[in-house]
Amino acid sequence: MARVTFVVNGSGHTIDVAPETPLLWVLRDDLNLTGTKFGCGMALCGACTVHIEGEATRSCITPISSVAGKKVTTIEGLSADGGHPVQRAWIEEDVPQCGYCQSGQIMSAAALLTRKPNPSNADIDDFMSGNICRCGTYQRIRRAIHRAACTMANNTRPSA
Amino acid sequence: MGTASILNRRGFLKKGTAGGAALMIGFHLTPSAFGDEAQEQEKKTPNPFDAWVRVTPDDRVTLILAKSEMGQGVYTSLPMILAEELCADWKQVHIEQAPTNPKIYDLGTGGSGSTGDSWLPLRQAGAAAREMLIAAAAKKWEVTAETCKARDGCVVHGHPVRFFRFGELVAEASRLPVPNLHTVLLKNPDDFSIVGREVHRLDAVAKSTGSAKYGIDSRVPGMLYAVIARCPVFEGKVASFDGTKAKAVPGVRDVFEIKISGRGASTTGGVAVLADNSWAAIQGRKALEVKWEEGAAASESTEELRKQFLANAAKPGTVLRNDGDANAALNAASKKIESVYELPFAAHACLEPMNCTVHIRPDAAEAWVPTQAPQWAQEVIAKAANLPPEKVIVHTTLMGGGFGRRYQADFVMEAAQVAKVSGKPVMVLWTREDDMQHDFYRPASYHKLQGALDDEGKLVAWKHFQTSTSIASKWSERGVNDSGMGEFGSDATIPYTTPNIRIEYTLAHSSAPRAWWRSVQHSSGGFVIESFVDELAAAAGQDPLAFRLKLIGDSRKIPQAGEGRQNEQPLDTGRLKSALQLAAEKAGWGKPLPQGHGRGISGLCYGYVAAVAEVCLNSKQFKVERLVCAVNCGRAVDPNGIRAQMEGAAIYALTATFKDAITVESGQVVQSNFNDYAMLRMNEAPPIEVYIVPSTEAPDGIGEPTVAVIPPAICNAIFNATGKRFRRLPIDVRLLKTSQS
Repeated sequence: MARVTFVVNGSGHTIDVAPETPLLWVLRDDLNLTGTKFGCGMALCGACTVHIEGEATRSCITPISSVAGKKVTTIEGLSADGGHPVQRAWIEEDVPQCGYCQSGQIMSAAALLTRKPNPSNADIDDFMSGNICRCGTYQRIRRAIHRAACTMANNTRPSA
Repeated sequence: MGTASILNRRGFLKKGTAGGAALMIGFHLTPSAFGDEAQEQEKKTPNPFDAWVRVTPDDRVTLILAKSEMGQGVYTSLPMILAEELCADWKQVHIEQAPTNPKIYDLGTGGSGSTGDSWLPLRQAGAAAREMLIAAAAKKWEVTAETCKARDGCVVHGHPVRFFRFGELVAEASRLPVPNLHTVLLKNPDDFSIVGREVHRLDAVAKSTGSAKYGIDSRVPGMLYAVIARCPVFEGKVASFDGTKAKAVPGVRDVFEIKISGRGASTTGGVAVLADNSWAAIQGRKALEVKWEEGAAASESTEELRKQFLANAAKPGTVLRNDGDANAALNAASKKIESVYELPFAAHACLEPMNCTVHIRPDAAEAWVPTQAPQWAQEVIAKAANLPPEKVIVHTTLMGGGFGRRYQADFVMEAAQVAKVSGKPVMVLWTREDDMQHDFYRPASYHKLQGALDDEGKLVAWKHFQTSTSIASKWSERGVNDSGMGEFGSDATIPYTTPNIRIEYTLAHSSAPRAWWRSVQHSSGGFVIESFVDELAAAAGQDPLAFRLKLIGDSRKIPQAGEGRQNEQPLDTGRLKSALQLAAEKAGWGKPLPQGHGRGISGLCYGYVAAVAEVCLNSKQFKVERLVCAVNCGRAVDPNGIRAQMEGAAIYALTATFKDAITVESGQVVQSNFNDYAMLRMNEAPPIEVYIVPSTEAPDGIGEPTVAVIPPAICNAIFNATGKRFRRLPIDVRLLKTSQS
């Protein structure tokens, strides 16, 4: 067992678990942050995607020992009120069906837009192909990412 | 009581395999098809303010839904129906899952049946509540109810208008007599203002913020987590186990065996590892030592099954339909073709792995179940807990995909068994590997089609032989002797006119669990008939769309073929034609295409869905350029939801067309995760357009049918582009590249 201290959604946590325990299970079972989902356990589906120091990361294969001292953001911490431009775009485009993969999709999309504020379809395909949606919402995800990019560009444009 | 008798008692098998009807035709679960009929008759007209509608003094309207939400959008479409008749303000509508009370609700979600089956009952319930609110207002104003109207969450009267908000009326209204549901005044559809409108999904916010709670998110104070080691070989058992090393894993609490529960819930049995959290349980199972008694199925393989198929196909099967004399017509015909089509086992691969949380106390039980069949879950837990079903509270949670997989009760029975031993609340959690290797697969099937044309290109004979690992035979002894008609869907009643049609079936044996996969038997039937009719068009030298329309002929209603299907809706070829024509028009059918491109069409009476695929093959790559889908699903209740379902079903079908098969070696499933059972991903997803034929007929469901039309449209497009015909799914695109290079 090992004591690990890290920051999740702005709050510090110290937990005492086996050091190889994946971050996913610490979030879900110890911190009760169930928005991050278990899909495959092998970084194949992306349902468990969170941000570690701003980078989209598959939490199902990330040992808790590796996040000591780091800042983790989950879907619950992406915005205070569901108002992140990516989340708003997801709602506007009615992206979710079953919704199970969407926390991971949204976290991936938000990371993409930080890196590339105006992504092309090819950029979206490249970055988002690690996230499986079994309901097949890809077309709406693509539209929502473009919409979010637009909103974010308008938000950052200096007002006249 | 054996588990098979649960099924029998519920009319499951009676109406399903024996009649070949309800269960197999997309398992259409109306009360009469699935529920206990006597129990259905006992259902009293409930007060709508108890059963369906809750209005609070702040005018918040909560609609209570008996169907399960697995992504298909019933949390939006069904409230639209209820809110329409209620004359509620859509902005004030909220939703809540109904309790598992079969005395009031039509439980069970499947067969794309929710919208169609709920259409009239929900309209009646909403109308009854609206009339009670109007009566309450009329009483307060001391006027007649006829002079009052409901609109936008209020009851209004007179000029100048005066009004009461629903919240002001509900206390009075809920005490008034409930109108007769069969005579209650329904709205004139011309006045619909919610049904047919573009609305946002009511669950989109929760699903975009991480707050939506799925079964796997169930958290109960003091709960433990369990994973189960199951014999990898079908129908194998635990011979012995040693839990010492598993118990040494920190967090593991207990290790014990659970028994196979038989055909009803169809669990495999195994060794449960109970722990403080999910990860400890998973690690504990890795450390567990189990010796398996593999049993007879250990010799089964995909290769062996194919040998069975070939041997079966060499002999005539049981004749299920015989109009005219297809054999004689084939012998006499000048132009005839014969083709063989093959489809493998397919896994549902819901993104949320199976799970179930159960707490059994001495006097009652409570469960949190991501299930399409809450009533079945309740009965299974009651049996394991030795309690009457009404002592078992089942909370139906959101589901991370269902696709038919979550109609099963195996994972529920496992959780009940573990919870019974433990006495604590327990979640039984499946890993992805468990989910993929212990699914109830879409049957594997082999089809031999023969067709004959006269000199004018008229279809003079159609013969379809199928051999498959039927669903029915896996579920009961009775099913083993079943005719096999349940394995035919769209392909038992083709819309194409021919005087001679013959359908034969032979059962192939397998120990692999099988059940309903999205679009059920239409997933094979659609591929087979819409590929073969395309081959006939090519043999006749005709355009595939024109050939189809000519063979369909005048719009007409065709009774469905097969014992027990007489009571099903006859097929309406006019609706099929309207879908085919709309898809073709929107896709630019007949317009020239660039070099290397091809178009293919398909359409089925199943859902009245048609699709045109456009593919492109050049020296660098093969690509699906575009999919155009059209549907005539009756009145479109939730157009945005219909488009979403058809887009998603198309992707589900593309995965089945291009990705992996479930195969069997040494009696076990070879594939285990998304590395060897791959899903279509973002970079492979083509643009999908969906068009809806305007209609005023009663609405039909749309969750499944698109799955059945996409694979043949793709293969027909590949044929159009390259002249190569794929008759076996999934198709290997590499074959195209090598044949082109």
